[in-house]
Amino acid sequence: MLERIPILKMGAYLLVTIQVDMHDQLALTLQDDLTDRIVKTRAKGVLIDISSLELVDSFMGRMLGNIAAMSHILDAETVVVGMRPAVAITLVELGLSLKGVKTALNVEKGMSLLEDRVRGRVDGNGRFER
Amino acid sequence: MTDGSATAPTRTSEILRQNEQTLLTEWLQQQLSAKAFRSGRLKESELREQSSEFLSAFIRALQSGKIFDPESSAWSEVRDVLGHLSRSRATQGFTSGETATFVFSLKQPVFARLRQELGRDPAALAEETWAISTLIDQLGLYTVDHYQKGREEVISRQQQELMELSTPVVKLWEGVLALPLIGTLDSSRTQVVMENLLEQIVSTGASLAIIDITGVPTVDTLVAQHLLKTVAAARLMGADCIISGIRPQIAQTIVHLGVELGNVITKASLADAFAIALERSGMTVTRLAPRT
Repeated sequence: MLERIPILKMGAYLLVTIQVDMHDQLALTLQDDLTDRIVKTRAKGVLIDISSLELVDSFMGRMLGNIAAMSHILDAETVVVGMRPAVAITLVELGLSLKGVKTALNVEKGMSLLEDRVRGRVDGNGRFER
Repeated sequence: MTDGSATAPTRTSEILRQNEQTLLTEWLQQQLSAKAFRSGRLKESELREQSSEFLSAFIRALQSGKIFDPESSAWSEVRDVLGHLSRSRATQGFTSGETATFVFSLKQPVFARLRQELGRDPAALAEETWAISTLIDQLGLYTVDHYQKGREEVISRQQQELMELSTPVVKLWEGVLALPLIGTLDSSRTQVVMENLLEQIVSTGASLAIIDITGVPTVDTLVAQHLLKTVAAARLMGADCIISGIRPQIAQTIVHLGVELGNVITKASLADAFAIALERSGMTVTRLAPRT
């Protein structure tokens, strides 16, 4: 049986909660499934929750970046939420600061960030304007 | 007794035991006239107590007939006395040389005693002198080692305290954290700063952190890199950072060095950064009463 990461639809957004260690096949399946779902549901945003991941390696970092880029092409914003401090430090030390991926502390904040972005209140970089 | 350095000076130990009191008096006189004592950091009574304690322990250990060995139990008392002494001298501000002189100054009165007792037997005198001299040298070196260890402990403890003291994370407002950095940022401090900041972001749910570098004396490429790392890690946790407290010289240095701060918001003062933070959370500060 093939393992899959569930993708939940919440209104105009898709919610992905990653709770297991990612390996190549699982990541590719997730990319396939997610792009399919974005097209089918015409989702405006994708929320990826990684709060239960204690270990993130460079592969995982690249995969998150890829998913964000793919969603962007399909006109959906991606927000990664719930990263743990240790994981954030590891990614920075690895030199992967996930440029181009929006982040938020938790699902709630991620959701409000998505709503803001969909309403077009924040500038193109996902950051507050000077 | 073929090799003086390997055997315990047995005759000396007997001579010293018989002359313990005169030896102590002579030794004290010599120490009291030394320069280190005259600086007034040590009371005479304290010196007298330390000297007699050391001398009696030293003679007892000599009589055990074993050569000095930092591990052996026969010398444990001498070790304790010297350890205690070097620690207290270190805190009283004596230099390592002055501390070692305490032990080395024992040589002169001991040699005088030996010359008096063994004067008629030059061969024995030379042998005993050599043995006791080697022994005192070893004790002196042991004292210096111990003194240094005491100093190093103090330094490492202070470093640890400095590390903890100098990296506070302050909550300025709902969702706004401030991180006033003081002192030079090296990689181990950056690690502590980063961990503290990220922990606080999680516990307070802050979405904005102001890193104030008013207290950072110099910003070179390495420090800038450490700052950017911290900003990147905070961003991964969903919090944006503002760097504030950039002094004019530092702004110039950053540009001259060609450091790229990327799209990090920078402000000259903490107040400006805080104003941005309030504006961003949709709040304004207004005056309720007219200026008096």
